[in-house]
Amino acid sequence: MPEALSLEQVRKSFGKLEVLRGIDLDVAEHEVVCLIGASGSGKSTLLRCVNLLEPIDGGRIVVEGEEITRSGVDVNRVRRRIGIVFQAFNLFPHMSVLANVTLAPTLALRTPRSRAEQEATTLLARFGLADKRNDYPDSLSGGQQQRVAIVRALAMRPDLMLLDEVTSALDPELVAEVLEVIRELAAGGMTMLIATHEMGFARDIADRVCFLDDGVILEQGPPERILTSPAEPRTQQFLQRIIEAGRL
Amino acid sequence: MTAGVEGRRAVVVALLSTVVFFTLLGVAITHAPGWPEVRRTFFDWGQFKDSFPEIADAFLLNVKMFCIAEAFILVFALLLAIVRSLPGPVFFPLRALGIAYADFFRGVPTILVIALLGFGAPALQLKHVPLSTTFWGIVALILVYTAYVSEVYRAGIESVHPSQDAAARSLGLTHFQSLRKVVLPQAVRRVIPPLLNDFIGLQKDTALVGFLGSVEAFKQSQIDAAATFNYTPFVAAAVLFVALTIPLARFTDWLVLRDRRRRQAVGA
Repeated sequence: MPEALSLEQVRKSFGKLEVLRGIDLDVAEHEVVCLIGASGSGKSTLLRCVNLLEPIDGGRIVVEGEEITRSGVDVNRVRRRIGIVFQAFNLFPHMSVLANVTLAPTLALRTPRSRAEQEATTLLARFGLADKRNDYPDSLSGGQQQRVAIVRALAMRPDLMLLDEVTSALDPELVAEVLEVIRELAAGGMTMLIATHEMGFARDIADRVCFLDDGVILEQGPPERILTSPAEPRTQQFLQRIIEAGRL
Repeated sequence: MTAGVEGRRAVVVALLSTVVFFTLLGVAITHAPGWPEVRRTFFDWGQFKDSFPEIADAFLLNVKMFCIAEAFILVFALLLAIVRSLPGPVFFPLRALGIAYADFFRGVPTILVIALLGFGAPALQLKHVPLSTTFWGIVALILVYTAYVSEVYRAGIESVHPSQDAAARSLGLTHFQSLRKVVLPQAVRRVIPPLLNDFIGLQKDTALVGFLGSVEAFKQSQIDAAATFNYTPFVAAAVLFVALTIPLARFTDWLVLRDRRRRQAVGA
């Protein structure tokens, strides 16, 4: 069976700045992989490349056996199978919560409106947002907005979810409710690639942790090994800084 | 002191200072050496009453030109703005054409465009093309204001953060679906005030079509003024133009306020 996601020697530069310098990464179905590393190590760029929001300069990305980075691929069809949630939520402020969630299913999947609304309502209820369906994003807390953003991505029934620092823009007391949602997704078997600064969370949820440093995956393995006894000096330094900052 | 008392005090102060200011201004003007002459030639109540119905009648043509032109401008300008925002090298020729159009029609004085089209186009004597100066005046206004208004739309489109488009595209929406459902609705709401600004300009510039001979409010007031050697008809025309812009301005304020309230609404 092919991997859910496979990156082979993926390269990406912005002008002269090489952000990804040959990334090799396989994610199996139902696997949860956390990407850790300092700001600027390429975590977000990697996720954006998988979603084809950024074109890659070299290598290839394969999703369930299909190369999505070959020329002539229908990017809209690829993106429908891959959900992404951003650090800054990026909800549509001019639409109600329900409209945010049903927009893509009705437009991109041509789901009839009544069914899309029914499915959205079920999803919102599952994540404790049933009473928010007619609210507008600006009236919600950050944690609620991020949960809506997750529901919006899930409404497309993706095979793979990419989470890009989804708790970094939240007040500390709102982080837990969002992490709880992600735990539930993991328990439900969702394949996920998660960029995060929450080391405790990574240890809890990840099947595997990858340490990104300067555009390459320097070290990867089970969370207990990477987070407690990393082999690479760079990983040790990074974790030391995290511990000093009180984040582990 | 309670807020209510302070609020009332502010109103009283504002009223008093307004009355004092305008009294002083009025005294200064009415005591000017030439005031009796100015009052006779610009503010003659009899002349005003005599010319007003005719000018009001002619003003209907301004309103008509404005309404027709505005409907086309709203659509054409949006199309032009969309063309200029098309991504990728394939669309370069279209984008370049859009830029050339906007540069040209914002550069040439409106009165010149009106004169060139109004006198030039009918002279071609093409079949099935109207000879009416009013028609060509409207076409000229549409051409000029489409260029201005497309810039307003474009500023709106560019003010919507790229992350909004990224979010829409990441869900599998196409470029045009994202534009139509996510980017444009936000862009248009933001540019309603500057759009209105351009439409007030358009309302006033309908007077330029009088230059071609169409009897609109300004042309009619010129005719009346020439007949009586009295300029009061110009004041009558000015009153009509102002009377049309004020409701439009208040309407925009209301639209902006309604949008802000709705965005922060907690659903029922």
